[in-house]
Amino acid sequence: MSRPLLEVTDLHKHFPVGHKGIWGEPAGYLHAVDGVSFAVERGQSLGLVGESGCGKSTTARAVVGLHPATSGSIRYEGNELVGLSRRRMLPYRRKMQMIFQDPYASLDPRQTVGSILTEPLRIHRTVKPRQRRLRALALLDAVGLNPRQVNRYPHEFSGGQRQRIGIARALALEPDLIICDEPVSALDVSIQAQILNLLADLQERFGLAYLFIAHDLAVVRHLCQRVAVMYLGRIVEIADRDELFENPRHPYTKALLSAIPVADPVVERARRRIVLEGDVPSPFNPPSGCSFHPRCHLRGEVEGERCSTEQPHLTALAGAGRREASCHLVQLEEARVPVGG
Amino acid sequence: MADDQTTIAVHHTKPVLDVRNLGVRFDSHIGAVRAVRDVSFTLEPGETLGIVGESGSGKSVTSLAIMGLLPMPPAVVESGEVLFDGRDLLTLPQRQMRKIRGGALSMIFQDPMTSLNPLLTVGKQLGEVLAIHEGLRGRKARARCAAALDNVGIPNPEQRLAAYPHELSGGMRQRVMIAMGLLCNPKVLIADEPTTALDVTIQAQILELMQRLQAEHGTAIVLITHDLGVVAGMVDRVQVMYAGRVVEKAPADPLFAQPMHPYTRGLLASIPTLEGSPGKRLFSIDGQPPDLADLPPGCSFAPRCTLANERCRESEPPLELAGEGQGVHRRYSACFELDRLLLDSRASLPAPTNSAEEVQR
Repeated sequence: MSRPLLEVTDLHKHFPVGHKGIWGEPAGYLHAVDGVSFAVERGQSLGLVGESGCGKSTTARAVVGLHPATSGSIRYEGNELVGLSRRRMLPYRRKMQMIFQDPYASLDPRQTVGSILTEPLRIHRTVKPRQRRLRALALLDAVGLNPRQVNRYPHEFSGGQRQRIGIARALALEPDLIICDEPVSALDVSIQAQILNLLADLQERFGLAYLFIAHDLAVVRHLCQRVAVMYLGRIVEIADRDELFENPRHPYTKALLSAIPVADPVVERARRRIVLEGDVPSPFNPPSGCSFHPRCHLRGEVEGERCSTEQPHLTALAGAGRREASCHLVQLEEARVPVGG
Repeated sequence: MADDQTTIAVHHTKPVLDVRNLGVRFDSHIGAVRAVRDVSFTLEPGETLGIVGESGSGKSVTSLAIMGLLPMPPAVVESGEVLFDGRDLLTLPQRQMRKIRGGALSMIFQDPMTSLNPLLTVGKQLGEVLAIHEGLRGRKARARCAAALDNVGIPNPEQRLAAYPHELSGGMRQRVMIAMGLLCNPKVLIADEPTTALDVTIQAQILELMQRLQAEHGTAIVLITHDLGVVAGMVDRVQVMYAGRVVEKAPADPLFAQPMHPYTRGLLASIPTLEGSPGKRLFSIDGQPPDLADLPPGCSFAPRCTLANERCRESEPPLELAGEGQGVHRRYSACFELDRLLLDSRASLPAPTNSAEEVQR
């Protein structure tokens, strides 16, 4: 396969916390993203899923440069983005746009929709001033809003319509990649389906690639060809969609899938749910060894203290779907496969 | 408890909560917003009723009206009765309402960060409930509070009594809320989106906890949620609300197997699922919910409904008996075009559980 559109390798993002004295060094670092690698192919979607605090949004923000990466590499069509100056970053910013979670907070209440949509065009000067307004009308039409509403303000729109405006703004510069940070989690179910359909249509129409951040696995399954599951700053499993959903390998992926309620009472009663103990540990003080081991329902399966002392690494697994998982147990299972047939 | 004045003998044949024709409006500068219209339901002892709806459907206003927690003004209870233990809570003086609220009738809220007091320790807040409802203070009260925390699965309950809400995680705070709601063994617990603010693995813990506690104490639960998945696993009966009205009411299994209102059907079909073929279009309900200050004259769902005709746009369909179910299996639907819906659903809409994606618009 050719070079991926976006390639992230061993990305780290650490936030300083506290101070020794007033001007002193930071007292410590919060490892929000701790060695994350993935690739997004042109025209494809990668879903990044996990619970609050797992670092999925920080990863997304590091990719577009809203949080500069601490270390690691982010390559866009092979060009390194980490360490670029603001000015040198600008052309890449144009190619990577972002859609945010909260359609109320992400639009300036004092700008009209037309002004919101033409602002990127003014900054990047991709469209002549005279044609900017026409472009705004075309964008509104593309996301299913009435172009006549171009002079209205965000408060005159509902949540779903505002999210459409956010999507139109992201499309304004004709990007190749859109980073969607929980784009539907603030919306009602019936509106959520409209927005997911719109995102799928736009992907087909403009050949967009999505880096899709979500906590809802069903939503990710619907839209993404490849899925990465994050836990406490690391990717614990990454695979093609069908492999991941039909045969999850990492214990956390298994638990996450089984925890999702299904809208069918018959299925719900028959299902055996893995209920994890405890909370997601604090990233300030991550557990030793595998960061999932204190909650893992399968940790007894691995002999000795390996899970609590030795950190597993993401390793490729046999079979289709270019899948990788970081779990001692999965690696043991893999080692057994050739012997057992 | 001997001194429990609020407890009145339970009649198992009678519902513990009987809401009749409840109507609530908010007077605002844009006019009267009719948030709840003609909502009726009963709750049997020990049963779980799910109230499902999207934002603005009136589900939370219904629960706040029952609890007497609506800000008046701007809220006005236009009509109805809320019978709890044979008394109408809507006409009860505040003093008496306070004795019931948090005691025999209690509520847990969606956001445990804003509904717990950040300035008081968990122990203080739990203790307050016991002091008000049972006159219990001091060491005995402390022991009860610690036992309540232990009961909801909080480790080291004795130490946790001294913790402030911000020292606890979201899941732990929601456990504290549940412990507080169940402290006085309520007959009815209203849970308003109890797991919406939580991650799925924590949600699974909390739902399991609620089921266990209900089995132990026989508390009747009104579960208010927008998540049909949560409803499917938790409730005996469901009522679906849209634009302030109940549009469908049924036992859980038949409701999910064959919805009898176009809105319910659309809602079920628009959920992305973990089974079936992914990557196709989701069924979606076009348009958006109506403005509650400016409701359309007929059925509120008509502007978004594919089955709507002239009649639907002119007059509002009443909530009527539907289908063949008898007794507890009785179903109700507010739709003029129910016959067409049932024919149509067999013809064009597959079962909502696994193949919603295959539906084309």
